[in-house]
Amino acid sequence: MLSAGEIAQPVGLTLMLALIVTSLLLVIATPIGWWLCRSRAAWKEAVAAVVSLPLVLPPTVLGFYLLLAFGPNGPGGLVAPLWGARTLAFSFEGLVIASVIYSLPFMVQPLRNAFEAMGEEPLEVAATLGAGPWQSFFRIALPMARAGYLTGAVLTFAHTVGEFGVVLMIGGNIPGETKVLSIAIYDYVERLEWGNAHILAAGMVVFSFVVITAVMMIDRRVGRVVG
Amino acid sequence: MRRIALLLCVGLPVFAMAPAFAAEVSAAVAANFTKPAEEIAAAFTAKTGDTVTFSFGATGALYTQITQGAPFEVFLSADNKRPAQAVTDGLGVDGSVFTYAVGKVVLYSPALDLTDGAVVLSANQFQHLAIADPKTAPYGAAAMETIEKLGLTGALTPKLVTGENISQALQFIDSGNAELGFVALSQVIDKPALQVWRVPAEDYSPILQDAVLLKTGEANPAAAAFLLFLKSDEARAIMEKYGYEAGSGT
Repeated sequence: MLSAGEIAQPVGLTLMLALIVTSLLLVIATPIGWWLCRSRAAWKEAVAAVVSLPLVLPPTVLGFYLLLAFGPNGPGGLVAPLWGARTLAFSFEGLVIASVIYSLPFMVQPLRNAFEAMGEEPLEVAATLGAGPWQSFFRIALPMARAGYLTGAVLTFAHTVGEFGVVLMIGGNIPGETKVLSIAIYDYVERLEWGNAHILAAGMVVFSFVVITAVMMIDRRVGRVVG
Repeated sequence: MRRIALLLCVGLPVFAMAPAFAAEVSAAVAANFTKPAEEIAAAFTAKTGDTVTFSFGATGALYTQITQGAPFEVFLSADNKRPAQAVTDGLGVDGSVFTYAVGKVVLYSPALDLTDGAVVLSANQFQHLAIADPKTAPYGAAAMETIEKLGLTGALTPKLVTGENISQALQFIDSGNAELGFVALSQVIDKPALQVWRVPAEDYSPILQDAVLLKTGEANPAAAAFLLFLKSDEARAIMEKYGYEAGSGT
């Protein structure tokens, strides 16, 4: 049977990863979502498509390219030596980068939708009242898009927790570093230790149920207040 | 719509008739045996007209799938435990288990000079050493045994990166993410000698790779024929070409 430490380590690692990725994406996705909403550039939808690619691509495609990109012959080989490593693969930092890419559409989409739902009017009113662009963004747009932020954050968090294929391909299964929850479950199943797999897997089912319920409730409640 | 129906009427009987001409064997095969299995199957098809469809994967993962009713008829394992277990669990045909090949473990690196791998391992001038999961992949277990034998378990454990199977361990090395790693000789048989260190046979227990006829394939004569073909001189020659010692056939 599983000891407390055997549960705590992958669970803690997974939550840490999801928390960091969600925080980073809140910052990264805001300008992207804003630009996708406001821009009139003809190639806007091309950018939107690139952002959405991880929704469609199999994790193996992403994992394969990341494995090459992270290695000494790719861009990862230029960055990693900064802290004395030769590759971004097999490290927690590598998982963070991979997850940010992988979960990008889950944050950008809700934000873009929220900004679009707001329409031009509130910003125009703010401008006539003398608000600068930054002021109207932080005092008007941000609060009005809070449902989008909440949905995006919950979806990103959940999606990162549920990430499997990409981590399998670039993680190297290192306990405490890259062995996240989904990998731990896979390991137990492969070893025919189904009792242990059940404990973690059942936890994931409950977690996912709570998350989906939460998203639906956010959509209905906050959406109603704003809309 | 009518045209589709017509196509189905004409097309379906053709598909249904196909097995009368050539049978098909569905085989689950340990990842390390990918290359020889494909070549042996080609020879088998040339001889009998029957074809073999492969599912390659980690021995442990394949066995889990078999216990859950995967439609494989033949199982070529990377160890000698799971085929025996298949018989015990009532999934394999009693008396059909035999050793088809004996695998060899090597240390491989495209970057380092591995004339003496033991020296390179002790020198420990690298960041990542790739192996297959020792709990599910026999080549991973053999790698751990070798490390243990060299007395380097403590020094090397923090540097281990684990592939889900032996193919992934090779991916980690070939993509340059890990400098070196333990793989099967068969995977790197065509690499320059300097990049491959053949681990001395006394450093690990021999990797007996057993095959078993599964109950699902009992009624398919082509499945038994394919297993028999694995013992033929032709198949043995292919295995040896790929760096395996042919099995005892028993």
